[in-house]
Amino acid sequence: MSENTDNLKQLPLGDWHRALGARMVPFAGYEMPVQYEGVMAEHIWTRTEAGLFDVSHMGQLQLIGEGAAEALEKITPGNLSALAAGKIRYTLLLAPDGGILDDLMVTNTGNHLYLVVNGATKHDDIAYMRDQLPGHLTLNHLEDAALLALQGPKAGAALANLVPDSAGLYFMEAGSFFWNDIPLGISRSGYTGEDGFEISIAAEHAVALANALTDLEEVRPIGLGARDSLRLEAGLPLYGHDMNAAILPVEANLAFALSKARREEGNFAGAEQVLAQYPDKAEKMRVGLFVDGRQPIREGAAVIDASGAAIGSVTSGGFSPTLQRPVAMAYVPTALAQSGTAITVEQRGRAIACTVADMPFVPHNYHRKPKP
Amino acid sequence: MSRYFTDEHEWVEVEGDTATVGITDYAQEQLGDIVFVEVPEVGTELEQGDDAAVVESVKAASDVYAAVSGEVIEVNEALEEEPGLVNTSAEEDGWFFRLTLSDKEELDDLMDEKAYKAFVDGL
Repeated sequence: MSENTDNLKQLPLGDWHRALGARMVPFAGYEMPVQYEGVMAEHIWTRTEAGLFDVSHMGQLQLIGEGAAEALEKITPGNLSALAAGKIRYTLLLAPDGGILDDLMVTNTGNHLYLVVNGATKHDDIAYMRDQLPGHLTLNHLEDAALLALQGPKAGAALANLVPDSAGLYFMEAGSFFWNDIPLGISRSGYTGEDGFEISIAAEHAVALANALTDLEEVRPIGLGARDSLRLEAGLPLYGHDMNAAILPVEANLAFALSKARREEGNFAGAEQVLAQYPDKAEKMRVGLFVDGRQPIREGAAVIDASGAAIGSVTSGGFSPTLQRPVAMAYVPTALAQSGTAITVEQRGRAIACTVADMPFVPHNYHRKPKP
Repeated sequence: MSRYFTDEHEWVEVEGDTATVGITDYAQEQLGDIVFVEVPEVGTELEQGDDAAVVESVKAASDVYAAVSGEVIEVNEALEEEPGLVNTSAEEDGWFFRLTLSDKEELDDLMDEKAYKAFVDGL
């Protein structure tokens, strides 16, 4: 899909990216950096050092008011009312028929909920939430905030140089901090499978923070190209590709996002349709694929049966820089979703052998709180 | 021996009736890290403008069109093991395939090196 380049919006760091030699592309209505020195090098840098990603296109929202968590539970299957202050939960925004409208992170800041939603869907999300949520709640879109992600095994040490107290956060925890008297909202989370942070900062200070981070020897700027290959290796789905409004959570292999308490209550949008598939009654499933040989398979390629008939489709595919082999995500009939099952994919008229693989393809490396 | 270029960033090196085809240094730079090259089979009859090859980078697949018509007589086997040759040596060791030209007049539509350089500078 090509986007009209005439009406692209600029992000706070647009000039910063260009000054560093980034190649800019249209993405989610913005001009965004796809790469600096090269996808392969940036990917490997993030897996071994620390990478800085500008994800300011994503929607940062505040949901404020009495009973905000309970209200948001009506359109998400997460146990948000039990979310303690300072904790983050991954959840799904569900349509009345249970279809996935978006995936998002919800943080309980202690006095409101802070939501991060996808850039391409944020305006639809906001309209849907305004329609579905009670009128006494306030939904703010933080359009003057930038969002920077710092990801990689050295991200913790790097950020501690600037914000020493950030070292106290574990995976899926968040807090408010200061850097040179500038307020930062820091979440220990990300989209690469590595340890790391997402840092919300007023747009006017974003360049200063990006410079302070990339001045560190272990931090380099990373583009959207490597962000995609990193999340693919980590087995993390991309909205609009690996799931959409016609897909239910269980078949998307996101049953973990259906909390036990909420399944028992069964009172979220589309609960009837969603729970009818739980835990193993979906007809198709999102799975990982190892691809034989070196040729990547791409989104849109068909999964075929022995007669050549299409029985599924590839939704994400690329070359794994870490594993040095092609990997993919696809929807296949549930009977074929077991790890180790042989699958055939047809691409440009050629049959390509694949094997269903456990995800993540590359192990996650999160800074989890030690079990007591 | 002379070298021609297309506005699709391919080069065509002609010696007698034989043409060697690859993508330009500018093209490989735009594509980034190349991880796989799908070349046509020997014996394939290509018409000018046909899909001739596919270049796969980490993120995306890009079609390479036949710059000239002819029968494929040889493909660069080295690309199977080392697709990165297209990045390191796009206009020499990273060639894609050779064909026997079926219509040398098609070469008249292509650019010479100077014209191609001006074309790229204008992008």
